[in-house]
Amino acid sequence: METVVKVDQLTKKFGSFIATNAISFEVKKGEIFGFLGANGAGKTTAMRMLSGLLTPTSGEASVAGFDVATQAELVKQNIGYMSQKFSLYEDLTIQENIDFYGGIYGLSRQEIKDRSKGIVSKFQLESVIHKLVKTIPLGWKQKLAFALALIHKPKVVFLDEPTGGVDPITRRQFWDLIYEAANDGVTIFITTHYMDEAEYCDRVSIMVDGLIKALGTPSELKTSFQVDSMDAVFQLLARGTANKI
Amino acid sequence: MKKSAIHIESISKRYAEVQALNQISLDVEEGELFGLIGPDGAGKTTLIKILVTLFSAEDGKASILGMDTNDSKASIRKIIGYMPGRFSLYPDLSVEENLSFFARAFDTTIEENYSLIQSIYDQLKPFKDRKSGALSGGMKQKLALCCALIHRPKVLILDEPTTGVDAVSRKEFWQMLHEIKSQGITILVSTPYMDEANLCDRIAFLQGGKILSIDTPSKITGQFPWQLFAIKSQKKYALTEWLRAWEKVSYCYAFGEYLHIAFSENAIQMNEIKEYLSAGSISDAEIVNIPPTIEDTFIYLMENGNSR
Repeated sequence: METVVKVDQLTKKFGSFIATNAISFEVKKGEIFGFLGANGAGKTTAMRMLSGLLTPTSGEASVAGFDVATQAELVKQNIGYMSQKFSLYEDLTIQENIDFYGGIYGLSRQEIKDRSKGIVSKFQLESVIHKLVKTIPLGWKQKLAFALALIHKPKVVFLDEPTGGVDPITRRQFWDLIYEAANDGVTIFITTHYMDEAEYCDRVSIMVDGLIKALGTPSELKTSFQVDSMDAVFQLLARGTANKI
Repeated sequence: MKKSAIHIESISKRYAEVQALNQISLDVEEGELFGLIGPDGAGKTTLIKILVTLFSAEDGKASILGMDTNDSKASIRKIIGYMPGRFSLYPDLSVEENLSFFARAFDTTIEENYSLIQSIYDQLKPFKDRKSGALSGGMKQKLALCCALIHRPKVLILDEPTTGVDAVSRKEFWQMLHEIKSQGITILVSTPYMDEANLCDRIAFLQGGKILSIDTPSKITGQFPWQLFAIKSQKKYALTEWLRAWEKVSYCYAFGEYLHIAFSENAIQMNEIKEYLSAGSISDAEIVNIPPTIEDTFIYLMENGNSR
């Protein structure tokens, strides 16, 4: 299987503070990779380096075949990114958002037209295509944001807490979309604070204080920590206790 | 019957085309830790802003400790502590300066009510000279809580204090809320995280501006009407597809590594499930009968609720 993300001793220092400390891992094509950690553990710094937004202090990483330090622009063109907080332009219509994202990623007019058609029919957006994004329900926005993160057919898509705050049914429908994309060969790199979602990943890494403290399939991690849920694994690693309140 | 600290009666609020709140009524008793549980857009923030006197309701009325939110704005503001969803502190002031600012704004001193915040503030003390804008997310949240408590409010109202916070810090935050509650302060807290419902005395499920249900967490889960099974298999995708295709299944959702399924025909036997699964070439399934979780019940009420 092709390796889509390859990270070797990747490090970022801010002054004397080591935000990301020599982390190493690989992610394969079509894999759903959960990137977990407590707030402040270094996830965001690592994600910013992997998406070509931040230059590493040392170490190496390649994403979709490009080096994040020397080919940052090519990395950006070949990845998708979606976060809960900012993905769509609220004051543009759905159609305008589609055209804008297609344009940004350098698609031809014909390609934008074709993919726009695909998105509209897949999510049944015919009736709202000319409505401002701010007027449509959150669940639709989130699905649209995901479709737009994939509009240029990237090899890998970074999802930063994509399901925060959405209702439990929509959250599960969103995972159906993730599985579908992974099945089509897109590599999924995802962060979440929902520990049940950690169970949906093929493999999970857990960062603590800039280091990757655990990496494996959910069942490997539960076995090695002798607990019955990813929540308990996370509690053990992030604070050294598995106490429940 | 205990006295109610927060009384809400048929509150409605509309923003242009959106009905943000639709005839909401509920009471929070004195000394209670009450949770408003619901996704983004459910109306949690709108309801809270009406209670803390920042918005007016279009219809209906609300009161806090007997004071009307329209007529007694100034008196209400003195006796409530409010922690908004967004970072509410002054980023250019230090930790200590923020706290003393809030103390002075409420005409009190840090010393006067220090006992109430001591266990939380002790964790911030090593950083007391740091600008609050430079704190980590967890520290900001603790400082915001201290600032909301420094005038010893009678009612503490928190709008999504744990959104975007990791699973460990969320548990710590709820421990703090329980300590505050033990000092006799009534707490109303909103959250989109269903698992936090179990940490409340009573909860209201909010969805689309309406209340789906109000009760204690255990009584809420008691509203799930069917027998529930958790099933797992190595062939997860095949399992899901096969079970969704079964016409007898009335409920089928992923919960971590398990699939939760239920049947509206209550008499279904474990053997019948096993037979159906083996007909779909799923032979490794582990099946257990489980009590419904809060999230199961929320999903059930979203799909079958009689509120609309």
